[in-house]
Amino acid sequence: MSTATEAAVIDAHVHEDHHDEHHEQSFITKYIFSTDHKTIAKQFLITGIFWAFIGAAMSVIFRLQLGFPDADLGWLKPILGKWIQVDGSLDPNFYLALVTMHGTIMVFFVLTAGLSGTFSNFLIPLQIGARDMASGFMNMLSYWFFFVSGVIMFISLFIETGPASGGWVVYPPLSALPQAMPGSGLGMTLWLVAMVFFIASSLLGGINYITTVINLRTKGMTFSRLPLTIWAFFLTAVIGLLSFPVLFAAALLLVFDRSFGTSFYLSEIYIGGEALSNVGGSPILYQHLFWFLGHPEVYIVLLPALGITSEIIATNSRKPIFGYKAMIISMMGITFLSFIVWAHHMFVSGLNPFLGSIFMFLTLIIAVPSAVKVFNYLTTLWRGNIIFTPAMMFSIGLVSVFISGGITGIFLGNSAIDIQLHDTYFVVAHFHLVMGAASAFGLLAGVYHWFPKMFGRMMDSRLGYIHFWLTFIGIYSVFFPMHYIGIAGFPRRYYSFTNFDAFSGFTDLNMFISAAAIFTFVGQLIFLFNFFYSMYRGRKAPANPWKSNTLEWTTPINPGHGNWVGEIPQVYRWPYDYSKPGAEDDFIPQTVPYSETMESNLPHENDMIALEKEEAAEEVVVDAKSAH
Amino acid sequence: MFGFYIALAVFLVVAILLLIFRITRLVNVVKGTGEETTQTSNNINGALMMLFMVLFFGLVGWYSWANFDAYEPPVASEHGQLTDKLFWRTMWVTFITFFVTNVLLFYFSWKYRYNKNRKALFYPHNNQLEYIWTGVPAIVLTWLVISGWMAWDGIMSEAPEDSEQIEIMGYQFAWSLRYGGMDNQVGDYDYRLIDAVNSHGQDFSDRAGFDDFQFRDLVIPKGKPVLLKIRARDVLHSVFIPHMRVKMDAMPGMPTQFWFVANKTTEEMRIEEGNPDFNYELACTEVCGRGHFSMKKNVIVLEQDEYDEWKADQKSWLSKNPEYMSQVPDNLKELAVVTAGINE
Repeated sequence: MSTATEAAVIDAHVHEDHHDEHHEQSFITKYIFSTDHKTIAKQFLITGIFWAFIGAAMSVIFRLQLGFPDADLGWLKPILGKWIQVDGSLDPNFYLALVTMHGTIMVFFVLTAGLSGTFSNFLIPLQIGARDMASGFMNMLSYWFFFVSGVIMFISLFIETGPASGGWVVYPPLSALPQAMPGSGLGMTLWLVAMVFFIASSLLGGINYITTVINLRTKGMTFSRLPLTIWAFFLTAVIGLLSFPVLFAAALLLVFDRSFGTSFYLSEIYIGGEALSNVGGSPILYQHLFWFLGHPEVYIVLLPALGITSEIIATNSRKPIFGYKAMIISMMGITFLSFIVWAHHMFVSGLNPFLGSIFMFLTLIIAVPSAVKVFNYLTTLWRGNIIFTPAMMFSIGLVSVFISGGITGIFLGNSAIDIQLHDTYFVVAHFHLVMGAASAFGLLAGVYHWFPKMFGRMMDSRLGYIHFWLTFIGIYSVFFPMHYIGIAGFPRRYYSFTNFDAFSGFTDLNMFISAAAIFTFVGQLIFLFNFFYSMYRGRKAPANPWKSNTLEWTTPINPGHGNWVGEIPQVYRWPYDYSKPGAEDDFIPQTVPYSETMESNLPHENDMIALEKEEAAEEVVVDAKSAH
Repeated sequence: MFGFYIALAVFLVVAILLLIFRITRLVNVVKGTGEETTQTSNNINGALMMLFMVLFFGLVGWYSWANFDAYEPPVASEHGQLTDKLFWRTMWVTFITFFVTNVLLFYFSWKYRYNKNRKALFYPHNNQLEYIWTGVPAIVLTWLVISGWMAWDGIMSEAPEDSEQIEIMGYQFAWSLRYGGMDNQVGDYDYRLIDAVNSHGQDFSDRAGFDDFQFRDLVIPKGKPVLLKIRARDVLHSVFIPHMRVKMDAMPGMPTQFWFVANKTTEEMRIEEGNPDFNYELACTEVCGRGHFSMKKNVIVLEQDEYDEWKADQKSWLSKNPEYMSQVPDNLKELAVVTAGINE
């Protein structure tokens, strides 16, 4: 780095130091239209929790239908109104609407916005040593676009024809033709509008995350010293930036087909006693475009969870994460491969079988970096000194569900085996464990771990343990039995199974799953209570409650605008110096120079001391210059 | 009134839980405990990890063993036997991985739980290990890919010349079948020709369609390739015959196909299953609207001679709906009358 640019950087820092003596803000600029990354993160988190409860409640309602098909749901009439039929059963159209909205809400609003939005925003500046995001204004827009998207989606729940109901993938022609089902009318239009806002929000956020990570790292924070959380958020943002525009294209063409008479996806349709004039379109085109986002989306929700877990497992095992570089390479591998596996969702869609073979090959390759990550987690735990904080419990739980859900991907990625399993409950079990539960566990782990930094107070750990065990047992009770039902061939999105002899069994297991779903849902209320109770009445947090190495714990307990009082600390080492032989404590924060830890330095680290000194000397010169 | 009691009970339970929470918290504050993760809570959670592991694998093992017949549908097609073999091969490979990694995860959690007298091992990397566990999964996966590839290639290959051609068309919310007739060729269609009677939109300028007939059930011979020509009239559907391991989407405007060989008749399967009411079924697996869950077709597998007999008995669609003769071009009318079997 030349002296001139360095001077500029330092000058900028000096300038930014004025941030911590900022004027009093009004309630609106401080909590509502805030440009502070920490406030925006909390906004994303609380909105995400709100949507998580709505999405989970929907799943409870349709599980009631599946587990207890004869039950009288009349008591839901005050909420669902006409969607409860005269005999007290759920309307089949509304069942599909619930399934669709559950998927949309959970994938996009909870696990994309709630997870990336919360933790990328919160942790990127704090862990790389930046005052805020590259653009606070864009960051604020990102949240408010998301908010608008949520409002539109929420309104769509209450319209007369019901919300979108063609499954969260909204395949045309079903989603394109209002005469095909009531949910394809206004509900679908609102879905598309909401998604457009959501995509805009994701892109604004993503650009910001990438820019911030590349440009605003503090002195000494090289890419090879970034915590794995930041690597994960960074790569997630890259995936989102490249794939969300394609969903936008897919949605736009669908809008054209729906409203302007084009035939991108429609061809040779006879519906409602009438032959439509559309010819030449291809329903498969939509599937390609959708899954070009849809598959990377899986990693958009999963990678942040894996990053969070890496950080928490290392901290609470009191050990460096095993294979830091291998972890980064795996994540890069996953990032790259996530773009070239999408057609494995379409093996039996009429796709050219040769393409199917190619995508089978690429899909099974992606299992390798995922396996490497699991082995690295296990080795990190091996001979550690494991402290079971609630965050650590959820991280261990994540690794377990990630394994259990991940290996079933090897069945589904094999096109020959997928013929039978495609669109059965086996798929439901697979993705709920590997992407739903794993990401949700990552989200919860992150909340427990960084709650002290967010609110300056601790969450109650006993309630955390109870919450973990209820959730962990609950999640496995809900999704593991679905494998059996799936192997038996039960198709997804069925309102009832009584029409078929082949699917008439397993009423007991379906009942069990539904009961477990209710149990798991109720268990989340403990979290909700703990979260809001601790926000106001939790014990005051110490500065570094988990004895962690990363930069966010060097800020004040309640960091203000600009994060650090005075200068931003410099970084001298990687974030995983836990239990280093010779060191007094079992952790050495990133801000401790090698010159102060002679007793624990590895040979090559001693060489760094000279470098540190050189840099310090340079800085003094620059300071003297800039004083003029 | 009943609802009121439930609400009251819930309220009381929640109130009691909150009270317990408040009291334990106050006790902790007074005693000065509960500030940190304690040795006790570490031990309890570690032990629970082991307990969970034992119960989890115990239940999975017991259920998988005891209910095998309930969740493993018998297979009745040639390619289905192959894909089932691949399925179980993959099952063994993945189950071992699943078991070993989960056991290590829970065991390490228990074994290396916090002890203030011990220090964790500083062990940041080992490239040898990384190579091994990149390489081994890669090799195993390659083996699975290649065997899957070979099976897939065979299943998706061109249907044999002598296949029985049957058109299956999905619409909201049922399936409709059109058989190729004596020439084994299903005639052309045009969606603009669809009306209340001609539900497939059969195009009568194609001579291959004159002898086509429709039937309520999907009737197929055992031991002979059957080519399903799959299409949809309105939205996406998907043909799924669980026992045959057959699945393929049905799309408007983009016909698809799937060929297979059934190798057990309905009668044989009834005996094998010990269920005289057994029937093969065909279902829809692509969400298509309100009646998605009710799109059932019966599938009947007959011995070849029974099938031939049944087929010979079927009357062509044209002979049952002779008014459509008006759509037959003049130069083909004579042929249509003969092949459709109208002059009887």
